[in-house]
Amino acid sequence: MCKTCGCDNDAMITVTNLQTGEAEHMDRPGPEQRHEHHHGDHDHQHHDHDHGHHHDHDHEHPHSHAGHDHDHAPQPAALAAVAGLHAVTIDLERAILDKNDRLAERNRAWFEGREILALNLVSSPGAGKTTLLERTIRDLKGETAISVIEGDQQTLNDAERIKAAGAPAVQVNTGTGCHLEADMVRRGLDFLRPAFGSLLMIENVGNLVCPALFDLGERAKVVVLSVTEGDDKPLKYPHMFRAAELMIISKIDLAPHVDFDLDRCEAMAREVNPEIRSIRLSARTGEGLADWYEWLRLAQHRITLGAAE
Amino acid sequence: MHEMGITQSIVAIVTEQAAGRKVKRLTLEIGKLAAIMPDAIRFCFDVVAQGSTLDGAVLDIVEIPGRARCRDCGSELMLADMFDRCDCGSRSLDRLAGGELNIKSMELETL
Repeated sequence: MCKTCGCDNDAMITVTNLQTGEAEHMDRPGPEQRHEHHHGDHDHQHHDHDHGHHHDHDHEHPHSHAGHDHDHAPQPAALAAVAGLHAVTIDLERAILDKNDRLAERNRAWFEGREILALNLVSSPGAGKTTLLERTIRDLKGETAISVIEGDQQTLNDAERIKAAGAPAVQVNTGTGCHLEADMVRRGLDFLRPAFGSLLMIENVGNLVCPALFDLGERAKVVVLSVTEGDDKPLKYPHMFRAAELMIISKIDLAPHVDFDLDRCEAMAREVNPEIRSIRLSARTGEGLADWYEWLRLAQHRITLGAAE
Repeated sequence: MHEMGITQSIVAIVTEQAAGRKVKRLTLEIGKLAAIMPDAIRFCFDVVAQGSTLDGAVLDIVEIPGRARCRDCGSELMLADMFDRCDCGSRSLDRLAGGELNIKSMELETL
């Protein structure tokens, strides 16, 4: 249920600014009928005309069409009937995700102009995205400004954790939606106003399927996979691993207790995406975090260089 | 079920283009590597189209097979999966087709 107006529409998308507690609904009406025709009561008054005069004149009226413009073009419907056509085919050639892609490009340009490194973090639910972010925020606090857009179907829990870790956060609740879209990120940015040269983490809804399809305008997708999951996930969800630039294998402190084969997992990830980078880490013990921070610094550095060119 | 959101986008785009006219048939192009299930789109379409100008329209889905060019040997190959490899052994492929997600055309009633 929505906090602001108490409505119970779970398809509603809510964006909550954790700094102010301000919540906003995104209005995304479905394709309802736009053409409503109201037929009011027409009151036609018919007058009886009494033409009581005789025409018995007998002179000729020469008939001339000169100066008259007769338009004999049939109505389109009539023409179709004559030709035996009842339908007309119109080529649309429209990309279905075109609208999202265009909004994503706008976000991307906005980030580039501000030299902001925006990352789209994706994983299954429970892979440790939020824990990794909390740790990253605490460790890099003195080095770079970080802000976070949190995507979840429900609750403000994750954004509250981020805020407690010391970074500004906005929570986007997608309701029944299974992924973030570019316009939701845009709305989050309106709240967050991330600083020039800062780092923006977009934590997507936990889902390895649809977030691969929806560009948010990010610099790169980072896929997080924990060792408590199957090591063959890259093959099971190839779209996501193909779309990602970096794979983070998380919770490696638990690796001795599970049957996760790290090398096998990385080999499979390379099978779907030969260029993917892999970092193994544990946000709990801190092992491998240095590699992650190095990757972030390099990505930020590249953006600064790109802007200078 | 991202097919639901995608179907809503399809109906929104077509409703706008049809400008109040009744849509009799709609043709989509969906690539085999697009991670979209045509059956799920069909299922959602009936629900989403209800009460719109697309209500009762025939939905044609043309599936486009995956095709790629190998970056190493330059040959062209068909892709059944995202992670197929070339006969030369390379997995470094540029996808040429199979990722489509387009509205190809619509047929409007004129009578």
